[in-house]
Amino acid sequence: MTIRNATDPQTLPGRQRGRSRKPGGRRLARLLTNPSGLAGLAIVTLHLVLACFGPLIVPYDFAFQDPSAVLQPPSLAHWFGTDLLGRDVLTRTILGGREAMLICTIATAIAMLWGGILGISLALIGGWIDNIVMRIADALMAMPWILFVMVFVAALGTGTTALVPILGVSYGLSVVYLARSAALEFVTKDFVLAAQARGQRRHTIVFKELLPNVRDSLAVQTAMQWSWMILGVSSLSYLGFGVPPPAPDWGLMIADARGIMSAAPWTAVFPIIALSSLVIGTNLAFDAAAKTLGVDRNSRAAGR
Amino acid sequence: MFRLIVQRFCSACFTLAFIAAVVFGAVELMPGNACTAYLGRDAVGAKLESCEARLGLKRPALVRFGDWALGALKGDLGVSVQRGKPITELIGWRLRNTIVLSSIAILFGVPLAILLGVVAGLNKDRKLDFALSGGAIFAMTLPEFVSSTIFILVFSVSLGWASGIVTIGYKAPILDLIGSSILPATTLTLVLTAHILRMVRASVIEVLESDYVLMARLKGVPYRRIILRHVLPNSLLPAISVIGLTVAWLLGGVVTVESVYNYPGLGRMVVDAVSDRDIPLVQAITLLICSIYILVNLLTDILAMLLNPRLRTYRA
Repeated sequence: MTIRNATDPQTLPGRQRGRSRKPGGRRLARLLTNPSGLAGLAIVTLHLVLACFGPLIVPYDFAFQDPSAVLQPPSLAHWFGTDLLGRDVLTRTILGGREAMLICTIATAIAMLWGGILGISLALIGGWIDNIVMRIADALMAMPWILFVMVFVAALGTGTTALVPILGVSYGLSVVYLARSAALEFVTKDFVLAAQARGQRRHTIVFKELLPNVRDSLAVQTAMQWSWMILGVSSLSYLGFGVPPPAPDWGLMIADARGIMSAAPWTAVFPIIALSSLVIGTNLAFDAAAKTLGVDRNSRAAGR
Repeated sequence: MFRLIVQRFCSACFTLAFIAAVVFGAVELMPGNACTAYLGRDAVGAKLESCEARLGLKRPALVRFGDWALGALKGDLGVSVQRGKPITELIGWRLRNTIVLSSIAILFGVPLAILLGVVAGLNKDRKLDFALSGGAIFAMTLPEFVSSTIFILVFSVSLGWASGIVTIGYKAPILDLIGSSILPATTLTLVLTAHILRMVRASVIEVLESDYVLMARLKGVPYRRIILRHVLPNSLLPAISVIGLTVAWLLGGVVTVESVYNYPGLGRMVVDAVSDRDIPLVQAITLLICSIYILVNLLTDILAMLLNPRLRTYRA
């Protein structure tokens, strides 16, 4: 039975695929038994649900200004109070992550795409091309992130259309490091040498041989990149270069609260809780996922 | 040894030149130029002409890049579009203010971080370590503007210990500056400490698990002596270059922290310059901050090489 399976070319690929899927599923199931991972996952899920269905459940219109209810403390009518313009803080807190999450999701996809492919290819190609590109990446990483972004913001302007490419490019750099170092472990393995000996083309080796093997660490990294980017976007919004003002955004709300914190601390406290819980939730889930998938957390790309 | 230092120096120069090219090229590649950014995308007529003439934008890009880079080497960073003054004059005092703020954070943060990192490392997996490293991760993940706002809420609004907003001018004497930078410096110290603490902890744990520490234990060397003679020297040497790297974070963090507290430094000025779309000023400050970072990194790397003989042969 076993002999026939092994020699039968028809059953071979199917068996491999079935095998590789099962442990992955079991490992993800183990994530659910990890209490801190479960808590993180729950927080992130809650945030995602609120972001998706927020507009259906909010009690007020986010831009509605009530001149008769300015700077109201939390009450039954306004659970989280109102801000300087009489806008409902609960509504704006629920909707405050949507724009940033949308920007970051698109930008993360861009970053993973170019960073991942370039990193894996560099690991495979090696030699002087790899050397030169990595030196350039080193030089770019030497710039503090916020300055790198601000030079481009000064030239391109703000707003979603400018932010997505800027973030996609700047965050892709650390993906290059991660994908390259993850792929370097495999380029000397027998199956890659065999593929090269078979005369397979480079992009086939990148996509068919290397990519499936670095998939796990790239997936974990995607989640982490996304949460860093949320922080980055809210910092930019706070400084006035991110999400443009009428829209509800946590960074903008905290910036608006800056001058009125002693009179109305609730205008700052609730967006802070929302933003921090999202970040902490992503971190908990990320740590647990990294542990169960066996991915190194302290990789070089982990520094912002 | 000497060759290594020269090599390191050359790579620092390469990095700086490359960053200068990126900072300059970023604007060149975009539609428009420094004048259209400032006057508005569809500015035309005499105003645009005179602005372009003043900044010399009619010349080819490579000539201007050469002029700009050479001028920067000589200490002439060009003219601000918005403020109409030489940039060197504008940033002099603010550079001093930022250096004062970062120095306070480094002076308090680095010893504190090393102390706490060693404590956490020696108590690995106990409650104390759990609290310290958990707190560090928390402090690291919150963005600076959030931790600053929490600090203002706690120490300024509810406790009333320190003023949440810095009100002094940029030419204030150093003592006033130090007095009003308590909260911003504390915020920077917090995150700086968190970064270094984690590195030191990891380094201490690695040394504790090494063969020579095991050997010393088996020989019956007293615990205190093992820590002082074996663990500390070997685990703190790598921390030197980590401190250099952390300065990169510090120089980035300064941008938001100064804006939150209204501190009159380079960070707030670059934010103002981006809002005003004053591109020459943004470029100049970015280049300046990046060169400080590269210089600090170069110095810490050389220092690490001088103190740690193993690095002299490792790094090619």
